[in-house]
Amino acid sequence: MSAPGSARSAARPIGLLVGFLLALAALLSLAPIGALAAEAPAPTPSPTGDFTTTFTVGGVIRSGDEPLEGVEVLVEGDGFSEVGTTGPDGRWSVSLPGRGEYTATLQVETLPEGIAPRDPDNVTRQVNIGTTNTVNVLFPTGEGRVSTTTIWDTVFTRLVYGLNFGLLLALAAIGITLIFGTTGVNNFAHGEMLTFGAIFFYVFTTALGWNVALALIATLALSAAFGWGQDAGLFRPLRRKGVGLVQVLIVTIGLSIVVRYLFLFFFGGGTENVNIGLSSTVSLGPVTITLASLISMGVSVAMLLLVAFFLTRTRIGKATRAVSDNASLAAASGINVDRVIRIVWVMAATLTGLAGILYGLYRGVTWDMGFAILLLMFAAVTLGGLGSAFGALVGSLIIGILTELSTVWIPPDLRYAVALIVLILVLLLRPQGVLGRRERIG
Amino acid sequence: MDWGSIIGNAAGELISPTTAAYALAAIGLSVHFGYAGLLNFGQAGFMAVGAYAFAITTLELGWPVWLAILAAIVASVVFAFVLGVPTLRLRADYLAIVTIAAAEIVRFVVSTVNLTAITGGSQGLSGFARGFDALNPFGDARFGFGPWTYSGEQWWVRVFGWGLVLLATVIVFLLMRSPWGRVVKGIREDEDAVRSLGKNVYSYKMQALVLGGVFGSLAGVVFILPRAVQPGNYGTALTFFIWTALLLGGAATVFGPIVGAMIFWAVLSLTNGVIVGLRDAGVLPFISTTQAGQIRFILVGLALMLLVVFRPQGIFGNKKELSFNV
Amino acid sequence: MSDTQLASSPLVTGEIRAGVPKVDPILVADGVTRQFGGLTAVDVEHVEIPRGAITALIGPNGAGKTTFFNLLTGFDKPNTGTWTFEGSNLAGVPAFRVARKGMVRTFQLTKSLGRLTVLENMLLGAKEQPGESMLRALVPALWRSRESQIRERAEELLVRFKLDAKRDDYAASLSGGQRKLLEMARALMSEPTLVMLDEPMAGVNPALTQSLLGHILDLKEQGMTVLFVEHDMHMVRHISDWVIVMAEGRIVAEGPPDRVMSDQAVIDAYLGAHHDTDLGSLTEADRAALRAEAEAELEPGTEEKR
Repeated sequence: MSAPGSARSAARPIGLLVGFLLALAALLSLAPIGALAAEAPAPTPSPTGDFTTTFTVGGVIRSGDEPLEGVEVLVEGDGFSEVGTTGPDGRWSVSLPGRGEYTATLQVETLPEGIAPRDPDNVTRQVNIGTTNTVNVLFPTGEGRVSTTTIWDTVFTRLVYGLNFGLLLALAAIGITLIFGTTGVNNFAHGEMLTFGAIFFYVFTTALGWNVALALIATLALSAAFGWGQDAGLFRPLRRKGVGLVQVLIVTIGLSIVVRYLFLFFFGGGTENVNIGLSSTVSLGPVTITLASLISMGVSVAMLLLVAFFLTRTRIGKATRAVSDNASLAAASGINVDRVIRIVWVMAATLTGLAGILYGLYRGVTWDMGFAILLLMFAAVTLGGLGSAFGALVGSLIIGILTELSTVWIPPDLRYAVALIVLILVLLLRPQGVLGRRERIG
Repeated sequence: MDWGSIIGNAAGELISPTTAAYALAAIGLSVHFGYAGLLNFGQAGFMAVGAYAFAITTLELGWPVWLAILAAIVASVVFAFVLGVPTLRLRADYLAIVTIAAAEIVRFVVSTVNLTAITGGSQGLSGFARGFDALNPFGDARFGFGPWTYSGEQWWVRVFGWGLVLLATVIVFLLMRSPWGRVVKGIREDEDAVRSLGKNVYSYKMQALVLGGVFGSLAGVVFILPRAVQPGNYGTALTFFIWTALLLGGAATVFGPIVGAMIFWAVLSLTNGVIVGLRDAGVLPFISTTQAGQIRFILVGLALMLLVVFRPQGIFGNKKELSFNV
Repeated sequence: MSDTQLASSPLVTGEIRAGVPKVDPILVADGVTRQFGGLTAVDVEHVEIPRGAITALIGPNGAGKTTFFNLLTGFDKPNTGTWTFEGSNLAGVPAFRVARKGMVRTFQLTKSLGRLTVLENMLLGAKEQPGESMLRALVPALWRSRESQIRERAEELLVRFKLDAKRDDYAASLSGGQRKLLEMARALMSEPTLVMLDEPMAGVNPALTQSLLGHILDLKEQGMTVLFVEHDMHMVRHISDWVIVMAEGRIVAEGPPDRVMSDQAVIDAYLGAHHDTDLGSLTEADRAALRAEAEAELEPGTEEKR
């Protein structure tokens, strides 16, 4: 219930927030991508969504002169993801929701035995649907190197990919769970913090050509500031005003929409690849993985260990856990709850920004990449038990590995659905999550 | 700037079938959230279930319109049970996560390549409205006045959509001033208290979830009548837009969802018209046409945040009957 | 409070001790335990609640009184145990069925339904309203007559509890004490046989306590059985016919109020090792706590925050 007085007092923080968003907008517009977005009109997801014109991408896959049947090509972009499969004539095609930039990736493991792409490191094509409605993509293939893959090789490859994705997810999901634990808020704008990190890293490295280390530090610093700004400019004033949790939850939804469309506005709807020269591959037994992914896994593990150390060994970390357990008790025992929450926001935003950088390296940068995996983060956090940091890690690994591993048996475009179905099943059987305590359910 | 056409377009949105669909979906959400306190973030899922059930039974099974609508209703009832059984006994935010997840599952499943033969994959389905158009009682001639001049077919979609909105409103009005509505509102306030008074809270929550879900499903049918079914339309964004419409009008009011949907679309159309107009007039030269379309979503997000903080009862809601538990 | 007092009471058969059988029990519990993690919150071997009397369930904070209450009324599930109400088994019966059988409870933190009016709160308490079924609700003719009966009863109760002037106000606007009254009145709408009150006096302005005590006595006069949780012994002494003392999850003593208050086991339970302090000063401390709560109550709505 807002008395007129308190409404006035909250107007200032809202003003602060608007200022903050404007600053964000200004920062984004610094980058030359503004012009880029103007050149290539992106598909605007319109809520009426009346897609009457059809756009397709397709091609023919042959080995020599012989058409290959059952080969899959994954077409992604702008939140859209679909797999095209070649028919008996080797022809595949995918209908697209609209103009924009997409990537078409040859699913190497679907090639028949003994057949490999001519250029195994380059199986992804940029597709730009601008003036024409149909674009052809070629993947030259022939008898070659990637020859015999057994089911176990595939499983092992997927496991490694899943581990990588799960670790990324964990970096981001720990932020969700810490914020939920200390404030009780399910932050629906968390995905945007991930996109934030990815976009700025892209801008600094690829668009502005900065040195990677500098770009990394600048991106993480901006991410931390983004987290600080959200708490100082929005969530702390709302806490002080005594705004209910459901209301705050809807505020995070609003914030998510605003920030996401700011990204779209300045960044455009296409997929950009971050090029920092780490695309050479490493072979680990049957698994071929890019150097970037390998580094990403190392960084994730190191960061997660650091977080674990922070939570269990440092004063602030212990205070954070105390606030998660019982905020009023923690406050009564002299812990500055507001300060802890502020630190949690900054830490969550930094970790999530880092996850965004790594995810951008892994999958490319899009304006809604964070929002697209927000639900996976929630699923991970819920699986592990809401509010438990270690649970978030376990949940993320389960979700990451599950999504990748499921593609061995299930069409790749359903892999996220698999994770979400598992989430619902777990809630049915064990509502407190895999590691949560029973008392946590109200 | 062509103010005439800008205002004309906005006026047209007031009674467009899409607005009717939003109003109907928002009425369903008002039953869920406004009256029963259920945090449903998967209304887009209910709409998708209704839309696909209607389109598939029409195209694949050749069912007549009334039977296809019945199929949409039955499908949404089943969907509501699937959502409700695991979550209605748990804390409220679990329902939020499960509903949003289930809506996404629906979207993934209908757009998967493997079901293209039935669902049309990412391209969706079209051509299911012939049976509906055949029932058009208004003939082919254009009639109406001012910005509301439409062909008979267009009128038929509007009359049908708004007829359903009216029916839903009457049902909600009757229910919410009945003892049933009293129990449901009590559950919104404190379900343990209502349980202690001998009411089967679980059953009432399920009934509310089903009722609001059926309205969502019918909204899905109305939504697709003037266009194709396209899986991309049923993303989480749709749910959030319906929430915005609901909160604009006031979550626990009879006419709130309708007024909210009308304002939502009229304002969206107005701002778009003005921004594009300004651009064309050279005032905003740095904005592309696409970007002009994106600005309004930024405004939607801002409006949602400001509404929830400063006017949680909605524009027309009663201050005392807030939309939120405080 | 002398040793010459009879070791018996008209309510019981046999000598007074913890778990003694009652002449006419309405509620009988056996072997009820509830653990939270490794902690045993409730471990009740055997207890019977006498019919037609006012029974107080007392004990220090953390004795498991409210948990036991929650178990009996189906709001929590025990690890072991059975209990019967008027001879029918209640173990595993969901809370709403328990209430329908005539065993209605209130809560320690009042649960008034804030955005419903006082009258709507009352009407919600009634049983057998056909309009509470979704389909019948659409046809007012099917439930109007029952509604007017209910309304009549609600108006009567509101007059009795002096809430009639507030009938059209939202319950959120009531003071803490008025909410306690409303909750009790609402529980009576269903014409229960056993009324279970969880700390009915907690947080109530001292001026209202007297009237609350009066209402509890009224319930007995109208033939209802009352079981209530309280930790202030002074309150208990005036109105209860029987007192059951819990400590650390167990029932450590029971008996008529005067006898229980001089029982060494009870004094131990309340005071732990501090034997020199007498019960009088304990209740003084409780009084102070009550006064503080009453002052907090001047700000309506503070306790309803979620």
